[in-house]
Amino acid sequence: MPDYAWPDAEHRTLIGKRVTRVDSPAKVSGQGKYTYDVHRPDMLYGKVLRSPYAHAKLVSVDTSAAEKIPGVKAVHVVQKQGATIHWAGDDIVAVAAVDEPTAEDAIRAIKVEYQQLPHLVSDAEPPPGAAQEQGPLSIDDVWDMLDNQVPNQQMVSQIQQYGVTAKPADKDLEEMKSEGASDAVLDALRSATVHPGAGTQTKSNYQKAAAQTLGDPDKGFAEAEVVSEGLYGIPVITHCCLESHGSISEWTDQDHVFTHISTQNVSGIPGQMAEPLKIPATNIHVHQDHIGGGFGSKFSPDRWGIFTAEISKKAGGKPVRVMLERDSELKVAGARPSAYARVKVGAKKDGTLVAWQSDSWGTGGPGGGGMPPIPYVFTIPNQRKQHTAIRNNIGPARAWRAPNHPQAAVLTMCALDDLASKLNMDPVEFFGKNLDIAKPRQQIYREELAIASDLMGWRQKWHPRSQNAPQGVVRGVGLSFHTWGGRGHSSDCDLTLHPDGSVDLKMGSQDLGTGTRTCILMVAADTLGVPLETINLQIGDTQYPPSGGSGGSTTIGGVSSSTRRAAVDARDGLFAKVAPALNAQPDQLECVNGTVRVKGDSSKSLSWKEACSKLGAMPFTVRGQNPDRSKPPDLSNSGVGGVQMAEVEVDSETGIVKVKKMVAVQDCGLVVNLKTAESQCYGALIMGISYALFEEKIMDPSTGRMLNADMEFYRLAGLSDIPELVVHMMTGKGYDERGVIGLGEPPVISPGAAVSNAVANAIGVRVPFLPLTPDRVLTALGQKAGA
Amino acid sequence: MHEDDSTLNGTKNQSDSGVSRRDFLKISGISAAVPLVVAPTTVLAAGKELPVQGPGKVAMEFAINGKKQKASLEPRVTLLDALRDEFEITGPKRVCDRAECGACTVLMDNRPVYSCSVLAIEAQRKMITTVESLMQNGKLHPVQQAFVDNDASQCGFCTPGFVVACKAFLDNHSHPTPEDIRRGLSGNLCRCGTYHGIQQVIAQMAQKGA
Repeated sequence: MPDYAWPDAEHRTLIGKRVTRVDSPAKVSGQGKYTYDVHRPDMLYGKVLRSPYAHAKLVSVDTSAAEKIPGVKAVHVVQKQGATIHWAGDDIVAVAAVDEPTAEDAIRAIKVEYQQLPHLVSDAEPPPGAAQEQGPLSIDDVWDMLDNQVPNQQMVSQIQQYGVTAKPADKDLEEMKSEGASDAVLDALRSATVHPGAGTQTKSNYQKAAAQTLGDPDKGFAEAEVVSEGLYGIPVITHCCLESHGSISEWTDQDHVFTHISTQNVSGIPGQMAEPLKIPATNIHVHQDHIGGGFGSKFSPDRWGIFTAEISKKAGGKPVRVMLERDSELKVAGARPSAYARVKVGAKKDGTLVAWQSDSWGTGGPGGGGMPPIPYVFTIPNQRKQHTAIRNNIGPARAWRAPNHPQAAVLTMCALDDLASKLNMDPVEFFGKNLDIAKPRQQIYREELAIASDLMGWRQKWHPRSQNAPQGVVRGVGLSFHTWGGRGHSSDCDLTLHPDGSVDLKMGSQDLGTGTRTCILMVAADTLGVPLETINLQIGDTQYPPSGGSGGSTTIGGVSSSTRRAAVDARDGLFAKVAPALNAQPDQLECVNGTVRVKGDSSKSLSWKEACSKLGAMPFTVRGQNPDRSKPPDLSNSGVGGVQMAEVEVDSETGIVKVKKMVAVQDCGLVVNLKTAESQCYGALIMGISYALFEEKIMDPSTGRMLNADMEFYRLAGLSDIPELVVHMMTGKGYDERGVIGLGEPPVISPGAAVSNAVANAIGVRVPFLPLTPDRVLTALGQKAGA
Repeated sequence: MHEDDSTLNGTKNQSDSGVSRRDFLKISGISAAVPLVVAPTTVLAAGKELPVQGPGKVAMEFAINGKKQKASLEPRVTLLDALRDEFEITGPKRVCDRAECGACTVLMDNRPVYSCSVLAIEAQRKMITTVESLMQNGKLHPVQQAFVDNDASQCGFCTPGFVVACKAFLDNHSHPTPEDIRRGLSGNLCRCGTYHGIQQVIAQMAQKGA
């Protein structure tokens, strides 16, 4: 059995080192092509008319004037007459024209009549007694969920939990299938419990999403010597990808589509487009070189991706480009669900946590949403918690880096930090004392907490919260813990050795800017003992072996594992061909520094090129896979721990918060590229500062529209908001041998909680909700003064 | 980045006519009512006959990255869209489309501008420089090389604008203070969080006395 295991530190030439990203030169010179940059011959420009109303019925659509405008090539009504619109900005009509200005003119010429319906865009605390159980689902409810892009898993669980009002007709099921409903959803509908006559009741916006108990919470609180109660929250924010969502589709013949799309999921796109376009997935060719940000919001072709292809068909197959405008990108193409909670948490006088109680709520738009995993990281022995999901008209939610974890971190770590303050304990001591219930990574956290404290200078900087009103500019420090899974996804690749020594590596994966290309090359080059440049890597196309979507920090584990297996098999195949020429057995050979040689005998050596010439006339291709139980060991692993600390400065006169320093100490098993791994952490800290201080999707209760759908009022952190950042990756013994684990999500989880805790330490009072804007800080200070 | 009133009507000659902003607004009002015409028409403004361009396509000429480029464009087309859609110069990106994020930054007569907020018709007879021309003979510009070395791009969508902004900043601030950096590079936004790398780029280049 070939040895697929990762080489130990002494035998790694590239893995674990700092290697400069291979696609940087293309990016810094403007040569890297994003979907938005692709210019296809005779390309038409698509624009979309969007609903101005958050909740409305579509009464009529008149596109006749638009159709007559010279240069307009196709008009496509996206929503049927009578359809219910559930959020402002939803697509109504799409047009394609010879240029963007003409397409805009056409959009302006379309007349739409709406019947407005009452909307809800608030995610404020549900009024007492408002939470209601969801009744059985009508067939219209199911259609609504499909239209509203409710995730499959959530649909299935709702159908199973609540049943349906009537048995769905075969015709309905067929139609749903053709509109993209998954088999799992259809199966759930077929086997759902039928509750006849229940379809007439009006549904509540409030839905009991979870009610859980662990241990004996009443006994726990009775035993608690100190109890802290508080209100905490984190709002809906957007993904704000700089490259907006969108695609260019063209029909290369009657039944073949070629799509350039901005996606985190190249290999997974054809399967999602096939049903609605009524062609087999194999007829859909998808390509992407670079993507300008995804952060969890770009896994699906989206409704606009489908209708881009549909308009292209109407326009004789010409390429049609639809990229969302900035306001639409912020309104409809990505939202992280909010989470708020009233938390009560109790401990013994020595700080030992004994009981947790939380009433939480939040919104994920029309789909509602679930409870974040609270209490986070620390499994407090006695718990009572319930969660209300608010279904409203703010637009659909999408996965945002580490779904539900930043929310869980804020709700948990802020509550625990307040308890530490009430106990008069230094949070480092308090959290450290409770690490025994942070299983199974307590040892990792312990090591990280010590390192983070040193790097922050915590001992010198931490002070008990002052009881007095702060004067002038005050400083404070705070911390938070986080965890994530991150096991490698399924990933296939083909590695080809050519007799001239060149190497092809093909994989249907994508590089989100995380450094995936560089990491794949490092693994292959390290294994084959050749320079990175020897290998011609091609990714981002459905003509290459399928590799999973880049979500949940699963990419690095997947692509590094399949690449390693392919490279080991290719290397061993080469050894078999080369061994006779070196008078050796294949298992006596090694690949080092561009040579194939006998281990321990450098006189018996061939250059890489000479060695490959022994392959004969034909190139030699091997397929690498992950997972692959036939080729152990499992090269990837799951479960990381991280600790972050923040130091802030708060101006108690203006309420302005400035982050002065952040420390991230992070484990992710075996680090493939230390340089890009650190960049992930720096980037996550910066994104975290951004959502801690600035970001919020603000909805207007009267119009139901997003008020800040631009980049002036939807504020992202800028260069001048960035403090001293310190990143420490846990590597070496105890970490490397765990295998490769993903890093995209973990470091972005803690910043919100760490910054909030630092502000509480600085001003002596909790600012309950992120973002920590000056008005919220001043309000909290005012309440402290009034208390 | 200030607005140059002299370019409102597209040519230097016209701007010398002393048309005030208020007159210009009046002209705009008139021209909007003028039906689609092929040849330029004129209107009387401030006592002078002035040619009206548009709303149909107008022949335009540009100097982009040292090359003369011609196009027939409507006056409402921005410099950014002209660069991208007419000349396939796609380094400058459209992100916010309203001078908030800097992803479309190019140099106009060596000054950084948001090309999303400059009309193409105003950019005639100006020297336009985009990120594409910074690389010479296949060799990256030192600022670009510093971006590579300091891993100052992730998804890279903001990078071309940032590179141009950093180059222009360093051209004018060889020894920038932290305050200079705060002010000079706050006009570009990044979502992945590459500011740490960019800070290192600036520190490294400033040390070299770029």
